[in-house]
Amino acid sequence: MYRPYTVVDIRTENERTKSLVLDGSLDAEPGQFVMVWLPGVDARPFSVAGDAPLTLMVVAVGPFSRALHDLHRGDSLWIRGALGHGFRFPERMPGKRLLLVAGGYGVAPLQFLARRAVEAGARVDVAIGARTRTEVLLSEAFERVGADVWVTTEDGSAGERGRVTVAVERVVADRQPDVIYGCGPIPMLQALEAICKRAGLPYQLSWEARMRCGMGLCGACEVHDSTREGWLACTDGPVYIDEGVLSESSGSPEVKA
Amino acid sequence: MPDLACELLNLRLRSPVVLASGILGTSAALLERAARAGAGAVTAKSCGPEPRPGHPNPVAVDWGHGVINAIGLSNPGAMEEATLLSDARVRLARLGVPLIASIFAGTVAEFAIVAQTIARASPAAIEVNISCPNVGDEFGTPFAATEESAAAVTAAVKRVVADIPIAVKLAPNVASIGRIASAVVAAGADMITAVNTMPGMVIDADAGQPVLANRVGGISGPALKPIALRCVAEIAQAVNVPIIGTGGVCTGRDAAEMIMAGATAVGVGTAVWYRGVEALGQIVGELDSFLRERGYRTLADIRGLALRPPAARLPGPGNS
Repeated sequence: MYRPYTVVDIRTENERTKSLVLDGSLDAEPGQFVMVWLPGVDARPFSVAGDAPLTLMVVAVGPFSRALHDLHRGDSLWIRGALGHGFRFPERMPGKRLLLVAGGYGVAPLQFLARRAVEAGARVDVAIGARTRTEVLLSEAFERVGADVWVTTEDGSAGERGRVTVAVERVVADRQPDVIYGCGPIPMLQALEAICKRAGLPYQLSWEARMRCGMGLCGACEVHDSTREGWLACTDGPVYIDEGVLSESSGSPEVKA
Repeated sequence: MPDLACELLNLRLRSPVVLASGILGTSAALLERAARAGAGAVTAKSCGPEPRPGHPNPVAVDWGHGVINAIGLSNPGAMEEATLLSDARVRLARLGVPLIASIFAGTVAEFAIVAQTIARASPAAIEVNISCPNVGDEFGTPFAATEESAAAVTAAVKRVVADIPIAVKLAPNVASIGRIASAVVAAGADMITAVNTMPGMVIDADAGQPVLANRVGGISGPALKPIALRCVAEIAQAVNVPIIGTGGVCTGRDAAEMIMAGATAVGVGTAVWYRGVEALGQIVGELDSFLRERGYRTLADIRGLALRPPAARLPGPGNS
């Protein structure tokens, strides 16, 4: 069932992005999502940007996200979750090297992941790709938890000019990460997946899909591409986990955390 | 080892667990996944004459004793569905798992048109969904509500797909489900699927609003099981066709109860929420253990057991 939360703080991240800080915590792993319901409006999935207090990052892209932007401190919204399977850490975390790759607004769950990873003793590198300077979000937040951050923008207004995959290729060569984690638009995830497969690197990618029931029943969020089929973003994912070359022959796309 | 194979008319199922319509049945890949997980047969999501986007969110929620949903019959329309079903049938044939199509429509004539389109995909059977509770405003009272309308749809579908068996899916919220079962069998139904979800409403007291965007929806899961058992028992006593007993089956023991009520096969849907897609195979395994522990050899040993007076000596675990 849905549980009501109250908005206690609103942070403006850029002209079309706000973070909503809610009045309670949620038992959630980085990469998991919640269904957010505004009665009479709609219900949509949002990845958990922080667990204590529960924090959601909302980009105004449609009627529902604009309705969330219209909320004020003290207003209510309803949460179901945490849902789905989030990111997983490799065994023996201390000393492990993790590369987190964010495309645009994909920074939200990865910033939560970075905090947990550093707490567990890993060294974290972050590559953030965006179209332009104002869409590079949370880079200071990553630095605050002790991660090294690389920024690329398509127009060159911040960091290196180009797509994030350019930075990824270099960080992979220079720092030899043990695992790559990604969240962003699907073309970015596909490009990242290709890099990981070529390098034989284990990877975990958070997929975006249209979600309806969010319960693994209705089939609306099935992901069907060259790597996955019959894979439900809501209950099999949203994080797709590939353990790398060693387990590639196992063939099962199902991953249970 | 008990024999869990199940004869459903001319169909041979390796297990009596049938994926219920509306769960995972939206693509060939998901139908195949359900089959690989252990379903003896799989039912596709219902399709109608035209594509439908379905209702806005929320479309489903777990309210504590079951699930309520109003997905709203989202489907790609009969033409595209026929392509999907053809693809699925080929994949499923390799696994020896029959494919059951499912159809709905707004009028008797449209039911016949959809059935004809879907028949081109050669499914092993066609389920005729005359009982979806979630589209009442658009389609009027469900056809399952009266003997006359239920029989009229059945006869119209049977007329156009004579060589494909049809299962008519009945609603639980009727005065006499036995009479409706008799009417559809007289009109040509080869099987009965019983039951669809039970109409209900879940209200969030904090919001002061129904949780579903459609306000009302269909109740499934544990809350539906006793309702379904009673319906199946009544149908089993009224007609002599195979019944796919559906409603709240989440464990092998639930499946045994459904068969004891008179079902030939057992539909499973909402269990996928509680236990994952693996539920299908887990229920088969648990049913196997249940039968073995009590010394039953086949499903026929328990079919309709609850409809008869108790035996002098009941088999129990370790008592066989």
